[in-house]
Amino acid sequence: MEKANLTYNPKDFKSDQEVRWCPGCGDHAILSSVTRAMAELKIPKEKYAFISGIGCSSRFPYYLATYGFHGIHGRASAIATGVKVTNPDLSVWQITGDGDALAIGGNHFIHAIRRNIDINIILFNNEIYGLTKGQYSPTSQKGSVTKTSPFGTVEEPFQPGELVIGAKGKFFARTIDANIQLSTEIFRDAALHEGTSVVEVLQNCVIFNDGVHATLNDKEHKEDRTIILRHGQPMIFGKNQDRGLVLDGLKLKVVKLGNGLSGKDILVHDARENNPGIHTMLANMRYPGFPVALGVIRSVSAPTYDMAVDGQISKVRSTSSIKNMDDLLMSGSTWEVK
Amino acid sequence: MSKHEQAIEKEEVVIRFSGDSGDGMQLTGTLFSNTSALFGNDLLTFPDYPAEIRAPQGTVGGVSGFQVHVGQSEVNTPGDFADILVAMNPAAVKANASFINKGGTIIYDEDNFTEKNIQKAGYVSDPIKEDNLQDYNIIAAPITTLVRETLKDYGLDPKTVQRTKNMFALGMVYWLFDSDLKYTEEYFESKFKLRPKIVDANKAVLRAGYNYGETIEALSTTYHVSPAKIERGTYRNINGNQSTAWGLLAAAEKAGLPLFIGSYPITPATGILEELAARKDLGVKSFQAEDEIAGICTSLGASFAGSLAVTTTSGPGLALKSEALGLAVMTELPLVVINVQRGGPSTGLPTKTEQSDLMQALYGRSGESPVVVIAASTPSNCFKFAFESAKIALEHMVPVILLSDGFIANGSEPWKIPSMADLPDITPPIIREGMGEYIPYERDEKWLRRRWAIPGTPGYEHRIGGLEKTIRGTVSYIPENHEYMVKTRSEKVARVVAHVPDLEVYGDQEGELLLIGWGGTYGHLLTTVRDMREEKHKISLAHFNYINPLPSNVHEVFSKFKKLVVAELNTGQFASYLRMNLQEFNYHQINKVQGLPFTTIELKERCKQILEAK
Repeated sequence: MEKANLTYNPKDFKSDQEVRWCPGCGDHAILSSVTRAMAELKIPKEKYAFISGIGCSSRFPYYLATYGFHGIHGRASAIATGVKVTNPDLSVWQITGDGDALAIGGNHFIHAIRRNIDINIILFNNEIYGLTKGQYSPTSQKGSVTKTSPFGTVEEPFQPGELVIGAKGKFFARTIDANIQLSTEIFRDAALHEGTSVVEVLQNCVIFNDGVHATLNDKEHKEDRTIILRHGQPMIFGKNQDRGLVLDGLKLKVVKLGNGLSGKDILVHDARENNPGIHTMLANMRYPGFPVALGVIRSVSAPTYDMAVDGQISKVRSTSSIKNMDDLLMSGSTWEVK
Repeated sequence: MSKHEQAIEKEEVVIRFSGDSGDGMQLTGTLFSNTSALFGNDLLTFPDYPAEIRAPQGTVGGVSGFQVHVGQSEVNTPGDFADILVAMNPAAVKANASFINKGGTIIYDEDNFTEKNIQKAGYVSDPIKEDNLQDYNIIAAPITTLVRETLKDYGLDPKTVQRTKNMFALGMVYWLFDSDLKYTEEYFESKFKLRPKIVDANKAVLRAGYNYGETIEALSTTYHVSPAKIERGTYRNINGNQSTAWGLLAAAEKAGLPLFIGSYPITPATGILEELAARKDLGVKSFQAEDEIAGICTSLGASFAGSLAVTTTSGPGLALKSEALGLAVMTELPLVVINVQRGGPSTGLPTKTEQSDLMQALYGRSGESPVVVIAASTPSNCFKFAFESAKIALEHMVPVILLSDGFIANGSEPWKIPSMADLPDITPPIIREGMGEYIPYERDEKWLRRRWAIPGTPGYEHRIGGLEKTIRGTVSYIPENHEYMVKTRSEKVARVVAHVPDLEVYGDQEGELLLIGWGGTYGHLLTTVRDMREEKHKISLAHFNYINPLPSNVHEVFSKFKKLVVAELNTGQFASYLRMNLQEFNYHQINKVQGLPFTTIELKERCKQILEAK
């Protein structure tokens, strides 16, 4: 990607459109974080393409002053794939929600990840359908009472991180809408990662699922209930930085520091490890048994689809005797009628 | 090789190769066609195969056929009936008995006519008698035994030996036609480059078949079809799917745009994706999508990003693409959607031909969403209409559906190779850096097309999407705006008519009966009209390639005939469409929905009935 010597302000990326999300919606904070990350990235504005599907989150491209494409329900991964494969020089972002990406668009989502298309997928997870006014989603916790599950859901939810890693994902991170600083940092890392990067944003729907992530966002307790993972750093958390994660046999376990346990006994986060075992366990940690992992959980480098396609084209071009259409038309078995 | 002394000079010959779906009949037919084409015959082929790759051996359901019609004048159909049938087993006789010309030649492998196989095919004991074929020229050859004998010293395993049987049969046919074996031998050499033993074995079996033909007295009737008198130039054989793919490649080169194809494999359209996947040397980005929806959505993304974008499918796949096609209508991006029609509904008859997706192509979307609909009508003119579809899509910023069908997609014929210099330019309305202000849905007065601002171009950042918008690209629920945009999108498609050539009439411009067709039935309709005109009937043909918009002179053409007859391979979709658009006329119909092309015999019969009726 071309890195010009550019200075951008986050507001350079905001369009003149009136933002129509509900007051108090977590999407406002995500919009701020994304534009802050863009200002840091120094990618020329015209090289961004924001692609979305359907849902509250999918209105996102309208609020940006970049190239944008508001698609149809579930298909943003496929549209974004076409954009990126056509022009790998673009910075392509997909804005999606838990319904858009994991229900109607599940197939495109997993295949974009499997192929490792170099796009950045921001998955707004509020565990509810907001735009259609309150039905359960594939991430709603089992038993959730919603308009279409008045007696509670009877189905298991997806853990997006587990799904991404299962689909051969190379980059998975999690953040929470209100933490603009962390979100900005993660969006920037996601953009810099070459290959599909998925960022799950724990997002609050103030109308239909208010407080869904409140336990993790509570000022008083958030440091005890979440852990911010950083590559190369020990997995220590808590308001007093007095707890950490260790491996107990094949499982993760929360331990208290002290009593002979020190920082060096604690697992050190290795986001670049190709083996997905620990990353999956970290992505699956749920409060109250564990702190919920935030930060970049997995970031493994691997060849991207779009560059592989370009590479193959260059290679074939260099050896083929067919250089243009006239060559092709006259190739193989032909005969002359005189 | 000695020339036959008493060869019968024939205007045209139809030969059908038929056997189990694993017997290599498609290859045998293709090699024969290419040999005939190189000799200078005009021809048309019709592969007819079951959906199962290896259907139960020896059963009628598993029979795979390949029909070739060769002639010394213009050939437009694969022929109604075969003059020669090559049958590798009893089931092949059973499946084709009623499609052989009276007194025709049947060559069969008598080693395969065992009691078990005969019964499997549904006969009691003697296929020839039971189907009343005694008066035909029957040549029972012990092909299996002779092949085994030929290859006994080659050290090949029995399975490999078995596989060369089709080449023995082909050798016999070559003797019948006094054909040159060179093309086929060269094919072996290039196909099995790394396995010289296989090359030698195939050559030996081919020659053994040829020599056997010479040795036995039974092959007393041999044929000679002189080279056709066709236009000068360089020719090649091409099937409809390949020529479609090449038309798209040509359009991309003319437009100076990269070609992107996002598709999901589906019979009978897959050949286009395969052909383009092989063209990395021309920079094609081929994307085998996870499903039909991703096929069109990746293409639409590619179009947004500045490609000539294409998605290919067949009927059920077009149904899956319909929502995204609506998005293409709404975002006014260029897109070519190719539907190689097959028998439907649902999975239907995947390997058989039909024209039953016309209404789906015209109307199968939510809301008011007109698209341009074009239909190719011969294997080789798929090139022209794929090129035209791309040109219209790019220059008018509109999705175009190109209809092909299983018959022309798989059928092949000699094609005079065009030169790129002779094709028209393609100039899409791309706005480039520094060309002034950009308003996403602002249109030119003449064509009502919007301009195409491609991501990466500074200063023209904009948002498009499926929600209704104002000219400036702002989401709008204003009632008048929606109505204005609906009408404008429709008018934009209607104005494509300026690029639609006038409907031409084959035959006299006025008369008793105008036979009307569209798409892949062209060859059969043309042959019908040509033959009937020779019999002095006042019949002409009007064949449509442009369906929406229709050519502007249709009323004028139709009004010169007493009777209008619409012939199509469905229950009357085009007839209904004409009734809606040209209500002033009365239309007769000839319809067939059997997964098979028309025969000229049935068309003539129906036309004569209609001519005679008061």
